Amino acid sequence: MEALQRVFGRNTAYLLIGPAAIWLAVFFLFPMLSLLTTSLSDPSGTPITGYTLTWRVQNYIEALGDYWPYMMRSLLYAGIATLMCLVLGYVLAYAIAFKAGRWKTVMLVLVIAPFFTSFLVRTLSWKLILADNGFIVNTLQTLHILGEDGRLLATPFAVIMGLTYNFLPFTILPLYTSLEKIDPKLNEAAADLYASPFQRFTKVVWPLSLPGVVGGTLLTFIPATGDYINASLLGSPNTQMVGNKIQQLFTTAGDYPHASALSVILMVLIVGMVLFYVRRAGTEELL
Amino acid sequence: MSLADQARGDLKLAGLHKRYPNGFVAVESLDLVIPQGSFFALLGPSGCGKTTTLRMVAGLEEATQGTIHIGEQDITHAKPYKRPVNTVFQNYALFPHLTIAENVAFGPKRRGSKDPAQEVKEILALTELTEQANKKPAQLSGGQQQRVALARAIINRPDVLLLDEPLGALDLKLRRAMQVELKRIQEEVGLTFVHVTHDQEEAMTMADTVAVMNKGRIEQMGAPYDLYTNPQTTFVANFLGRSNLIKGTVVGREGTGADAVVKVDMHGTIATIKASKVHTDSDHGWVGIRPEKVLIQPEGQTIDAPGAALSGAVVVDASYIGVSTDYTLRMPWGQEITCFEQNTGRRGGLIPVGTKVDVSWRPEFAFLLDSSQDAEAGLEED
Amino acid sequence: MITRVGNWIGKHLMLTLGILVLLYMYIPNFIVALMSFNDSSESRNLYQFQSFTWDNWLNPCDPQGMCESLRVSISIGLLATLAATIIGTLAAFALVRHRFEGRSTMNLVLFLPMATPEIVMGSSLLALFVAAGFGGQLGFWTVLIAHIMFCISFVVVTVRSRLAGLDSNLEKAASDLYANEWQTFWRITFPLVFPGILSAALLAFSLSFDDFIITNLNSGTTVTFPMFVWGAAQRGVPMQVNVIGTLMFLLALGIVIGGEVLNRRRAKGKASAF
Repeated sequence: MEALQRVFGRNTAYLLIGPAAIWLAVFFLFPMLSLLTTSLSDPSGTPITGYTLTWRVQNYIEALGDYWPYMMRSLLYAGIATLMCLVLGYVLAYAIAFKAGRWKTVMLVLVIAPFFTSFLVRTLSWKLILADNGFIVNTLQTLHILGEDGRLLATPFAVIMGLTYNFLPFTILPLYTSLEKIDPKLNEAAADLYASPFQRFTKVVWPLSLPGVVGGTLLTFIPATGDYINASLLGSPNTQMVGNKIQQLFTTAGDYPHASALSVILMVLIVGMVLFYVRRAGTEELL
Repeated sequence: MSLADQARGDLKLAGLHKRYPNGFVAVESLDLVIPQGSFFALLGPSGCGKTTTLRMVAGLEEATQGTIHIGEQDITHAKPYKRPVNTVFQNYALFPHLTIAENVAFGPKRRGSKDPAQEVKEILALTELTEQANKKPAQLSGGQQQRVALARAIINRPDVLLLDEPLGALDLKLRRAMQVELKRIQEEVGLTFVHVTHDQEEAMTMADTVAVMNKGRIEQMGAPYDLYTNPQTTFVANFLGRSNLIKGTVVGREGTGADAVVKVDMHGTIATIKASKVHTDSDHGWVGIRPEKVLIQPEGQTIDAPGAALSGAVVVDASYIGVSTDYTLRMPWGQEITCFEQNTGRRGGLIPVGTKVDVSWRPEFAFLLDSSQDAEAGLEED
Repeated sequence: MITRVGNWIGKHLMLTLGILVLLYMYIPNFIVALMSFNDSSESRNLYQFQSFTWDNWLNPCDPQGMCESLRVSISIGLLATLAATIIGTLAAFALVRHRFEGRSTMNLVLFLPMATPEIVMGSSLLALFVAAGFGGQLGFWTVLIAHIMFCISFVVVTVRSRLAGLDSNLEKAASDLYANEWQTFWRITFPLVFPGILSAALLAFSLSFDDFIITNLNSGTTVTFPMFVWGAAQRGVPMQVNVIGTLMFLLALGIVIGGEVLNRRRAKGKASAF
């Protein structure tokens, strides 16, 4: 890199970062601004003619008023799915980090491998697994856990399960990175200092894995909140999430101002929750 | 241009100064001449500026002021790869993606050597690495990696070879063996070695000349024997081995030339110190004596030393080490001093704790340091 | 036998639970593989296994438009990977090796796309394209632009961590051993960072190939493979989709395992040469 430095002088850094900076400025930051102006534009335009900026704040009020149940549902489903991912992911990440021995690499590869089969194809297969006359539903009906007409598909359960399944690796990988750094001897030291297995977990392993917990849950919660594929494929009209609404407003309805307003609200909500969460975890436990 | 054919010369540092942007002065106007072919050690605690000095010679750090010469050649601002200097890095910095042979051949290839393969073969034989030639660094033990780092550097026959704590990552036994090995190789190839270390024993066993550095300056420089027997500052007295420093007042100077002595009153007892070992002009000073030079005897028995003895000391601790015993003695004025006594069997056992003893030493071993210096300077915290 | 298994589970409770979670993650892959052999010609119920056939594997391109969408996805994937890997790698070098004004801002800008829900990113990009008057020209190029955009951050993160883990003494050692700046870069830095660049490229390709939400908003009439699947899902997915899904899985597994085996063999071969 020093050669570049010599050729281009002090501006090497800017030459290197330039393409990324420009690309992200033009196709990420600027669109965000564009989204913001669209959200304040007169909804009487069309995608072809464009929209005029009239600082119409009402778009937000209307969007929120009409679609708040979708927003709440998104946060609720994503929250539950994130919690489930945390539990399942922690178990697997812990097993890989501490119990897998020489199978560590193999298990890690096995965690990532399923995700090379297209996201949509895998989600569709859950439709088959949870189908009304499928094995699982039949078994649950026989055991009377599910009523005669009970179903799994097109229920909130199916949507949450789909989200959990789809975003599980996003929880596992950061968790594993954190757990793997913990020296197993710390566990032994804690045992030596009279900690029960439960205390060893709550007082040693868990606090040390917090960076992974924070990273993993964020990486799960954020995309899960904006997702609409699981809700579309596994849910019913009653389980639609905010992503579905935004997508419909943009594509079918062509109502860009309200769709944009809803996007901005979602973004602000997520950033707010993330900041609150990171700050809490950060000041109380991470440091 | 073959570096081996070049006229070599001494490494000369003149007014070398390094100040970091944050204002920290790592090296303060250092003047130093390291003769060609010598084994030179820069010794000091971490943060004393020894590694910065080394890196400036290597060209990895830019000097703020001053010059660096090898013979007549000014290399102060030369790029690292244009200096006839090579470095053995602290953690070896072996290229993990290259084999041992490729690592060693790296320098000769860059310099456009005609027959790097032959050179590599010779140097691997010299460092006993022939069998490891095609392995990767990760497959080697610590000692072997250390030898690769050395081979990779000396194959270039640099005018000066810099060694940055080269044995720091090895265990004690291996370190001892490598010290002998390094010395052998240095004598065999006849290069100038500049060795940076914080291990005083390592510096003393290997180097012809040791420079003790502290806070960016050289406190004292000389042959290991001179440094040890005649330290000029409390820092050197404490960092290089251990010393007992007892407060004293100069009461008179006698004799001339080689016989000149200074008389010092230590808490009522008069000690005589050779003028060549007096390093203060003031009337107050620290009388220094190495623990193994301290002689003790239970009260009432005679001590085999001329001159006055300090009486009224009490043994407060005795640690038996096998070859020797460490005694801690409380002097009448409250200070504790240390005495290492060889277990020759003469005494027929240890002196029990609580015994009152007389303390003395041969006058020629004592030294006098400036009282304005900190008596605790150079004591290792760890 | 049963008690022995019981004992093992008792001793390795966490490992057992972990394996169960892993199995859960494989249920859909198992179903996809199974359905790729399903003969659906007799029935329109696509969510049940009818009878075994090789037909889907023998004629993977039968469903109209599927292989064309695959071709589009692969083209976009390769181009987006190439561009994002180059742009991202340069940026990673700048961030690790240089201190410059705006560095922390840049770190934030690079982090944001990873923290933004896809629907927001996709819709904002669509809003821009429409505002800029490209509403009618959505297609291959707008999708490519979008894919490069969201891949860059992931490339930077991957390459950066590899580069930050690189012992800077290695470059100093090379410089000490008479390598000039270019030689140091090409012989030491690049070979050591290359695995990171490679995994970044793999990640970028899989992100691009699999993306639906952003693509769907910005693709106009262009159909990528995920969009084909989405469209087909409304009517009933052709069984050949499962063939492609299984193939992708096997291909990825093959690449990873092959790479690992090659690595080990190389290390072993070198070690046993003497």
